[in-house]
Amino acid sequence: MCPSMKGFDVIVIGGGHAGCEAAAASARVGARTVLLTQKLETIGEMSCNPAIGGLGKGHLVREIDALDGLMARLGDRAGIQFRLLNRSKGAAVRGPRSQIDRRLYREAMQAELTQTPNLALMAGTAERLILNGDRVVGVVTQEGVEMRAGAVVLTTGTFLNGVIHKGDQRIPAGRHGEAPSTGLAADLYGSGLKMGRLKTGTPARLDGRTIGWERLEMQQADAEPVPFSFLTDRIEVPQIACGVTHTTEATHRIIADNLGDSAVYGGHLSGRGPRYCPSIEDKVVRFSDKSSHQIFLEPEGLDDPTVYPNGISTSVSDATQFAFLRTIPGLESVEVFRFGYAIEYDYVDPRALTPALEVKRLPGLYLAGQINGTTGYEEAGAQGLLAGLNAARAASGSDPVIFGRDQAYIGVMVDDLVTRGVTEPYRMFTSRAEYRLTLRADNADQRLTPLAINCGLVSSDRARAFAAKAAQLAEASAVSRETVFTPREAAALGIHVNADGQRRSIHDLLAFPGVSLSTFASIRPEIVGWSAQVREQVEIDAGYAGYLDRQASDAAALRLEESLALPVDLDYAAVGSLSNEVREKLTLVQPRTLGQAGRIEGMTPGALTALLAYVKKAKVAV
Amino acid sequence: MTDTIFALATPPGRGAIAILRLSGPGTDAALLSLGAGGLRPRMASLRNLAYGGRVIDQALVLRFPVPNSYTGEDCAELHLHGGRAVVEGAILALVDLGLRPAEPGEFTRRAFESGRMDLAQAEAVADLIDAETVAQASQALGQLEGALSQTYRGFRKDLLGALALIEAEIDFPDEEVPDNLARSAGPLLDRLIADLKAALAGARRGERVRAGYRIVLIGETNAGKSSLFNALIAREAAIVTPIAGTTRDVLDADLIVGGYAVTLSDTAGLRGSADPVEAEGVRRARARAEAADLRLWVRGPDDIEGDAAGLARPGDLLVLTKADLGTAPAVPGFETIALSTVTGDGLGDLLDWISARLSRDLAGTDFPAVTRERHRRRLVEALAAVEAGRAALGASPEKAADDLRRAAEALARVTGAIGVEDILGEVFSTFCIGK
Repeated sequence: MCPSMKGFDVIVIGGGHAGCEAAAASARVGARTVLLTQKLETIGEMSCNPAIGGLGKGHLVREIDALDGLMARLGDRAGIQFRLLNRSKGAAVRGPRSQIDRRLYREAMQAELTQTPNLALMAGTAERLILNGDRVVGVVTQEGVEMRAGAVVLTTGTFLNGVIHKGDQRIPAGRHGEAPSTGLAADLYGSGLKMGRLKTGTPARLDGRTIGWERLEMQQADAEPVPFSFLTDRIEVPQIACGVTHTTEATHRIIADNLGDSAVYGGHLSGRGPRYCPSIEDKVVRFSDKSSHQIFLEPEGLDDPTVYPNGISTSVSDATQFAFLRTIPGLESVEVFRFGYAIEYDYVDPRALTPALEVKRLPGLYLAGQINGTTGYEEAGAQGLLAGLNAARAASGSDPVIFGRDQAYIGVMVDDLVTRGVTEPYRMFTSRAEYRLTLRADNADQRLTPLAINCGLVSSDRARAFAAKAAQLAEASAVSRETVFTPREAAALGIHVNADGQRRSIHDLLAFPGVSLSTFASIRPEIVGWSAQVREQVEIDAGYAGYLDRQASDAAALRLEESLALPVDLDYAAVGSLSNEVREKLTLVQPRTLGQAGRIEGMTPGALTALLAYVKKAKVAV
Repeated sequence: MTDTIFALATPPGRGAIAILRLSGPGTDAALLSLGAGGLRPRMASLRNLAYGGRVIDQALVLRFPVPNSYTGEDCAELHLHGGRAVVEGAILALVDLGLRPAEPGEFTRRAFESGRMDLAQAEAVADLIDAETVAQASQALGQLEGALSQTYRGFRKDLLGALALIEAEIDFPDEEVPDNLARSAGPLLDRLIADLKAALAGARRGERVRAGYRIVLIGETNAGKSSLFNALIAREAAIVTPIAGTTRDVLDADLIVGGYAVTLSDTAGLRGSADPVEAEGVRRARARAEAADLRLWVRGPDDIEGDAAGLARPGDLLVLTKADLGTAPAVPGFETIALSTVTGDGLGDLLDWISARLSRDLAGTDFPAVTRERHRRRLVEALAAVEAGRAALGASPEKAADDLRRAAEALARVTGAIGVEDILGEVFSTFCIGK
């Protein structure tokens, strides 16, 4: 007889970044949650590049924080090289990023989860889903333990049928040295979900003590680190520098001569890799006119000699790797801890998911992270948070929370995934967000924390801090719109505008070059009392004024389309006047709204018209 | 608030009648501005439509007040004579009044919104809409002349290229991309602005269709030009607005021949003269003849070839007047029609000949008015957006990108949409991105 465990609302499988955020979010809203993972000691591990943030990704981290998730707060405790990317550009495209001390982050994550109320951590491998009809009601572990719950969140990363490729070697594995999870994959395949195969790569890990740092250019951290979390006042962790080097013609020659040695070029890999993260073999072949490629040498921790050479992921044999590494300036006598490899893994076509990340044909099962075809800790964490939240809500009978494209980068990502699917590992870029000027890192809390408070996701500390900031922001916004100046009065402050008799508010005048809120401090002394965050946000909003108004009216049109709900059980075969191609895509995606249907590739105005008729009919029926 | 839209409800081309359908809150105001007041709901009334001092057509007008209409909004139908010039005139007036050409399916969509249509009807209409969309696309492309279609492809390429440069700078600051990428999009945008302006100027070629095809009578004094002029405007009296010329020596009349607007001009006889007034008349006659789309070389039985021979061009028509009294000899290289304004013989032949010439010259050489107006709007919108983006480029590439996306959306129907995957594809194939 199987031992069985009851009393859980939500089971989260996987202890990576998606799993951690999922488990914590589920527990935060009060669901009794268990995190099931192969090894407790690798919870919160950064298995690839030890860095968090960047363009788009940094926005996601801020949104995770606005929803009281973990990544930003823990990143602030483990960040060892904070840099605000695009510092010289507009606020909408500034991305916070930091190099992370892997050990500090892992320890902080494990400590955080251990102390999280409602959350249990359990070592084990999920082997099989327990179904009640179509509904997923639990899992059975390899050890034979039967666990039941209201909802299950699957965050298996690259563990599904994972195969490591290095030279002519092929090793079934999840991550280096860990076993893959094949039983669960068979279960998912058995359920008829459409699946695909992707690949990603990683570079060798170097012994930093054998690198000639003194010969390298160094990239310093920002003098005043900008934290990830709205709750962090300042960064206490010591900051380090990264080395910058580059490949040479000798490097490229070795790679070109040994291409047949590469798993990818040797033809052993079928999965699709990303265009934006090519292996060094790809770079050499596709950009053969470039004689050199940049490499960042990123220490993996304050007291860890391991160095991650960012820019040279590879799947050639150990011998070739060793040979080409030593042609790189600074690495002439480098020693290698572990060689690079490519990994191929299964993912579920995310069009099988609802925007709440629930599998449509297996209710009760939620997927997050690489299993959905994405790459990156931030993308995984954001999905995990959403999946964990919605799993917990489902277990307690509440409606799912869904973010719009006009609300959050999380909304953009999930909508892209469930509507358009993926053809390569999906990574966030700011260019994916059509409301980019509205969805900024600086206002993520204003956009999302109120909603998170309503869901019960937010700690009382954060709720208090948010309320104080929101009150100050409301005051600042009112003052800056109500305080007006004639051209003459403006001139007295050193702002020269057309002498047209028009009165201009502080908000209007902030758009003029060189004007900031402090310009008006003599007139409205309360300005001095506003926090730096609040002042900055008022100034940013004023700088984008016309653009934000336009985006707001676009967003209103979008919401109108999104308010036209399509019946969930709509039988597209019964809808006339649809081409076979459109019918197939609609059946696959099962769009939730007319707006979503319109974003499916290949949709036609006529097809939308036919669907609109169904929307109207459904409304009449209600 | 919804805007007021219009569309041609009959197939484009030359039918006996053309129906323009209007829908939206501005319908009644538009009807009044066209001179169609005092209409009883759902009753056809004959009205002389005019706008801006120009007659459009004598048309049947129907008004369907809210809510008993196809769309559930205020609607109207204008039943016009099917000629292209008439339809164009009406469309341009509506555009000038602030109405917008409907997108495919827009009428139907409005009908749904107000619950005016059942499912079966909807699906039938959906088929039509896709057919219309396909037709419109092929029309848009097919009717663009080769060079013009090249231009539109150029817009897309330049927009995509500029967006790729800007997005590469924004999204990949830590990568090996050259410095000041966004700024380097400047020349691309300058060229795009110039090209958009040129295309807008080109879109005005339709002017010829709507302002009238210019036909000028030339010939010696007493060749019979004025008799022919009077006979033609008397014969085609449907819509005639004889206007005194700006000088007493050139007389213009607007008329409709075969559905096309024509401006017919009678000029002074081409005779050298010492009289300064008469000499000025001849100078103007020459200028008018040179600017015309077609010259009718009018020649009486006894006229010499004279100066008209120098003004006439290949393809012009030689009209031998006073045929009841005999005819002058034909001139090699010119088609010839003999007629008599006294007996009326040959006048019909002349009108048929002109009709054929008009449809040869005007049909299918330009967009149908509705399509063209859509294009023009999109060009105007795109131009404004690209200019804004160009201005923002140096200081705020993210603002510039927002502007250029708007430009891309404005042109999407003509050039094809530019999606983020297109932009990223361009970025990744141009730059080696990937730490």
